[in-house]
Amino acid sequence: MNETSVKTVDLEALRRKLSLRSQGGSRYWRSLEEVAETAEFRAFVEAEFPSQARNLFDAVERRQFLKLMGASLALAGASACTRQPEEKVFPYVAAPENLVPGKPLFYATAMPLGGVAAPLLVESHLGRPTKIEGNTGHPASGGATDAFSQGAILGLYDPDRSQTIRNAGNIRPWSAFVDEMASAMGEQRRRRGAGLRLLTGTVTSPSLAHQIELLLAELPEARWIQYEPIARDAARMAARLGFGRELEARYRLDRATTVLALDADFLAAGRGALRYARDFAAMRRKDENRLYAVEPSPTNTGAAADHRLPLDAHLIEELALAIAAELGLPVRPPVDIDIHRPWIREVARDLQRGGRRSLVVTGEWQSVTTQLLVHAINDRLGAIGHTVEFTEPIEAPGPSGLTVLRELVESIDAGGIDLLIVAGVNPVYDAPVDLRFAEHMQKVGTRVHLGLYDDETAEQCHWHIPEAHFLESWGDARAYDGTVSIVQPLIAPLYEGKTLHEIIAALAGDAADAETSGYEIVRAYWREHLPEPFEQSWRRAVHDGMIADSTLPAITPNWLSPPGTQLPPRRELDQTGNWHVVFRPDPSTYDGRFANNGWLQELPRPITRLTWDNAVWMAPAAAERIGVSSGDVVELSRGEQRLHGPVWIVPGQAANTLTVHLGYGRQRAGYVAAGAGFDAGPLRTSDEPWTLSGVAVQPTGETRVLACTQDHFSMEGRDLVRFETRGARGDGHEEHGGGHGAHGGHGNKSLFPPVPYDGYAWGMSIDLGSCIGCNACVISCQAENNIPVVGKEQVEAGREMHWLRIDRYFEGELDAPQIVHQPVPCMHCELAPCEIVCPVNATVHSDEGLNDMVYNRCVGTRYCSNNCPYKVRRFNFLLYNDVQSDVLKMAANPDVTVRSRGVMEKCTYCVQRISHARITAKREGREIRDGEIVTACQAVCPTEAIVFGDINDPNSRVSRAKASPRDYSLLAELGTKPRTTYLAGVRNPNPALAAIDKKHT
Amino acid sequence: MANGTQIPRDERRSLSSHLPPVVQPGHTMASVTDKISSVVLTRQTPRAWFIGLAISFSLTMLLLVAVTYLLAKGTGIWGVNIPVAWAFAIINFVWWIGIGHAGTLISAILLLLRQEWRTSINRFAEAMTLFAVACAGLYPLLHMGRPWLAYWLFPYPNTMGMWPQFRSPLVWDVFAVSTYLLVSLLFWFIGLIPDLATLRDRSPSRVGRFVYGLLAMGWRGSARHWHRYEMAYLLLAGLSTPLVVSVHTIVSFDFAVAQLPGWHATVFPPYFVAGAIYAGFAMVMILAIPLRRFYGLQDFVTMRHLDNMARITLATGMFVAYGYMMETFMAWYSGSIFESALMTNRFSGPYAAWYWALLVFNVLIPQALWFTRVRSSTVALFLIAVSVSIGMWLERFIIVVVSLHRDFLPSSWGMYYPTFWDWAMYLGSIGLFFSLLFLFLRFLPMISIFEMRTLLPGAEVKEENP
Repeated sequence: MNETSVKTVDLEALRRKLSLRSQGGSRYWRSLEEVAETAEFRAFVEAEFPSQARNLFDAVERRQFLKLMGASLALAGASACTRQPEEKVFPYVAAPENLVPGKPLFYATAMPLGGVAAPLLVESHLGRPTKIEGNTGHPASGGATDAFSQGAILGLYDPDRSQTIRNAGNIRPWSAFVDEMASAMGEQRRRRGAGLRLLTGTVTSPSLAHQIELLLAELPEARWIQYEPIARDAARMAARLGFGRELEARYRLDRATTVLALDADFLAAGRGALRYARDFAAMRRKDENRLYAVEPSPTNTGAAADHRLPLDAHLIEELALAIAAELGLPVRPPVDIDIHRPWIREVARDLQRGGRRSLVVTGEWQSVTTQLLVHAINDRLGAIGHTVEFTEPIEAPGPSGLTVLRELVESIDAGGIDLLIVAGVNPVYDAPVDLRFAEHMQKVGTRVHLGLYDDETAEQCHWHIPEAHFLESWGDARAYDGTVSIVQPLIAPLYEGKTLHEIIAALAGDAADAETSGYEIVRAYWREHLPEPFEQSWRRAVHDGMIADSTLPAITPNWLSPPGTQLPPRRELDQTGNWHVVFRPDPSTYDGRFANNGWLQELPRPITRLTWDNAVWMAPAAAERIGVSSGDVVELSRGEQRLHGPVWIVPGQAANTLTVHLGYGRQRAGYVAAGAGFDAGPLRTSDEPWTLSGVAVQPTGETRVLACTQDHFSMEGRDLVRFETRGARGDGHEEHGGGHGAHGGHGNKSLFPPVPYDGYAWGMSIDLGSCIGCNACVISCQAENNIPVVGKEQVEAGREMHWLRIDRYFEGELDAPQIVHQPVPCMHCELAPCEIVCPVNATVHSDEGLNDMVYNRCVGTRYCSNNCPYKVRRFNFLLYNDVQSDVLKMAANPDVTVRSRGVMEKCTYCVQRISHARITAKREGREIRDGEIVTACQAVCPTEAIVFGDINDPNSRVSRAKASPRDYSLLAELGTKPRTTYLAGVRNPNPALAAIDKKHT
Repeated sequence: MANGTQIPRDERRSLSSHLPPVVQPGHTMASVTDKISSVVLTRQTPRAWFIGLAISFSLTMLLLVAVTYLLAKGTGIWGVNIPVAWAFAIINFVWWIGIGHAGTLISAILLLLRQEWRTSINRFAEAMTLFAVACAGLYPLLHMGRPWLAYWLFPYPNTMGMWPQFRSPLVWDVFAVSTYLLVSLLFWFIGLIPDLATLRDRSPSRVGRFVYGLLAMGWRGSARHWHRYEMAYLLLAGLSTPLVVSVHTIVSFDFAVAQLPGWHATVFPPYFVAGAIYAGFAMVMILAIPLRRFYGLQDFVTMRHLDNMARITLATGMFVAYGYMMETFMAWYSGSIFESALMTNRFSGPYAAWYWALLVFNVLIPQALWFTRVRSSTVALFLIAVSVSIGMWLERFIIVVVSLHRDFLPSSWGMYYPTFWDWAMYLGSIGLFFSLLFLFLRFLPMISIFEMRTLLPGAEVKEENP
């Protein structure tokens, strides 16, 4: 095959060429002619108008075709995304049942991420999905979602998604692929599959695993490798060493009272985080747990901890050893950890006091030793079976993880591999650098790629098949606890998308099987595994979004040898450089797969509030030591490996550790991802995928502008985020005056009689003790309210549009600060400063106490924003909403106005949801029930920190929250009487540690 | 006049006999008329005038480009953001409005107070007012997100059944500024009528006679005309007088009504009015000093005028300095952490250099005006006036931008950096101002001819003893 031609539409280049908007008519035709000569244009026409592509190459037809194309190019800025169907369209004679325009329908489905299902309910307006909610009935989430799931809507409608099947850059029909596979597979069958390698992401789907198993049974020498850049190799290895087999650990935060997180961000990242966060917050609200966190760089979990110890990455293992030793386990003596001895002793004592109600958790990136130690400690505490449960792995059996890629590369090197199928993963971008995957894979005769994007791996493959988005496909997947969800499509594939199920069917069978739809495959599998009557069970499973009783049961594993004795020997550290680099999945791009998602890219990262970039996290003292500040580009190097990235100073980062997030510096990810961040790949090896020691840091003298939404670290001594200590209130020693400002505190007497609110009076309460700052609410608000993405330059200029933001402050000493989060939506002040200064009545008060924004009345003086003490108002300084891309129009919520340029906007308390509930209640002749209105931010919150409702109803949840003595108003002294109030958080520090912490500072 | 017994003017001014006269001795009615009207009628247009107009007109074109681009793209072309949602547009608005105030003060209040020395400077000071208000008026309109809907700020009957929101100071602004513009225009125009008639009578060209004749509205100089003229002029002076105080008071409400630290201050109205007069007199001096030299009008705009204006500048400058002092004092006295943080931020925050520059330009340098030697040096006065103009612009920058960029929640603190288009709008409005001024100088008498004539010794009328 011709290698150079495996290059497809470079839309970016084409857009540049076609930026015709500002040019005159005569120039227009000339440039179109010019453009028509280019390879990019030909590729574009092929991609967008396959049926017309032929004409372009015919000299006679071309002129006519260009004339036709002219209008659409001019209108769509060369980014036309949908085609009108050629067939005649008929309106409904009898509308489908349940389909009422204006009334959304909700369908249960699940989003697989790293193979693990996030159970979802998806809102659909007239057949197009517009909003993701959590599946309230599912045990894995309880109705919450994370930021990634929220971004899925934009992912579905991403105009940069791959749209056609291609072979060597040419558009081909599905049948051509099937034909070529048929002959290739015929050859493989003769060789018992010896030349076939299947590289997929983690598969938890029972039906897919079954399908692949059948294929492998037929081709016993073929190999299937589950590859995941965010791999759990160490955890799996530890289970094998400790228990003799692979097991899945599952934590019971609803039972844990003393938790130690050893470099684990269990509240916000990784499997089960949603459920863990929910259980943790519930215990926290009961004042019943205490969390210790030890971590090299701050995470949401660390911020939520009662005691947080920043510790260099290589010392985590030593600290685990020290804890184990304190608990009397037979382990080697730890080194370099003596300074923290008193701290460790008190934590160990506290864990011991907790006994079986204690829990130690470590991150999947920690070493096998740490993983084993954690199992041993939990065993010693009696926690196994109580706060930590083990189940069978949720993944399909077989080689998986990061290191298995090495075996694949070796077998390719050995020769004889002539069919490689890469499905849903992008190893050319994210495989460890030492494997030189792209180079090795060239030796494979036929390379097939299935993916959402025409990405780095697709470029290196002969065949590229666009993958159906999970919202377009049938499938199934297991949640972290093993519960199986049926993935059901919300919309027919927008393009020629195929699922892996369909690809496997095409490989395994004949031409007829290649036409089998994913629906039939998944159904056929479950026909044999669901209880009779099948139709009923199937409907139930699809409707509920899960298969009843499919949760994996807990098992009690047995140690192979006494706990603590299986530890591998201590690994000598590379001493060539002084720095340790840790790699982490990014909270927005994950491993890079969401790099082209504008919502996620613009979502301020939890600790740094950075957008659109990753950075080299560095402790303040460390930055001072080498004389760099935020934005200065440094070179990280070890041996031949090196990379350049801008520094970001992060208080609370361990002194000698640098943190780098994966998922940036993508080369072929699309328009949005272009130019975002740097690729951490050049430093990441298969031996040390998570922690690299002995790294040297050198300032380069260059700087990179980073777009941060919150430049200021400190609260400046202002009483904004309040925390109090557990038990302090009972003693009458309140640390903060929680509850003071809320209702008439600070002597906010008015000369005017209070405005009566007779009907409903909407209000919100946000529990700062529960909030972990995970960002799900921010992106949920963005999806619900059609909030535009503005881009890096505009964020830099201070014009991000998020209606709900999460403020992050650092308190205390710079090296080990307390980190707090505070979600800030519109306060809906009863005496709103914004309202009196608007000259045109564009922001007014409703009789239910909402501070309404009337977009079409707004003339854009921006006075309201100046007068808003909370600065929650957002202004359309330019035309931010993409009104050109047709496919993106489908993502918009039809219940919310798409704002144009020159108009102010802000949080509405999801007034469209209030209206929906009011209409429903009126029709049923009743009052709106408490809990019937769930705002977008509230719905997805994993910790149930946000409560919304009627404050006129004394029994509503929000009224009860506001009655708490912890309730306070932000900036109450201004007399704005906010409807949004906060519950001061409660910390539960260990009194024995207070003295030690004090000594530290 | 001729039959009146003349009393030497020097006697009336015995108290201030050491001061230079308001008109140099030796002028007659004819010489005054000739000298002033010749600028418009007979002299060759000087080359420097063309150069000056060319420069200012180029800047006006820059304004046009900036406005076109602004309307095409939106206010995002400026450096404004959240939290600094107002910046150059509002700074320039307040700056220009302030500059206008001296003209009104000179023409109205000094008229009522019978300060005759005002006569030689009131015409171009009024013109300055008018052009400054025109420049100022651009900004509130163009700074809006959707300027084409600006008419929604006016109370007019409409199908929406909507009124403006009368509690908003921006609506008060609309009334204040439009009233100000209207009264200033009328005042200026009515004051021009007798002179327009003079130009009509003396113009050598047919076009000149026609146009000036049209504008003179049939003025024949009859006693009845003069009587009505005096009445109208006095009434308008009466109307304008409160405007001197009210317009900038209302402009200051834009800030004082808001609850933002740095804006929410009761001292703002007097402080703004004093600042406006301060800036306005500085601008009159910036214009008068080169003009009197260039057009040889030292006889009419004498050192006496400059000295008086310098004194007013010094006095109002002290008011302004008092305002700064009170702001600092109140920040401490209020006990509010937000107020004191604001002052700390002014003194040592990211824009501290601008604040210290303000104090130097607006408080320190003008103190030189205490000295007679400085007041009698045109170069020194000119430089001090420039310093005050810069200082007053900085003052508005400090009030608008520095207050906004760090308010209550540190999480929303930000920075403001002006863009090319911010500067283009500002320089463009200066260009517009000077373009209008150059046209005014060429086509209308810059000094009131008939009023100057009344200052001559020959115009004195002996008061009859009862």
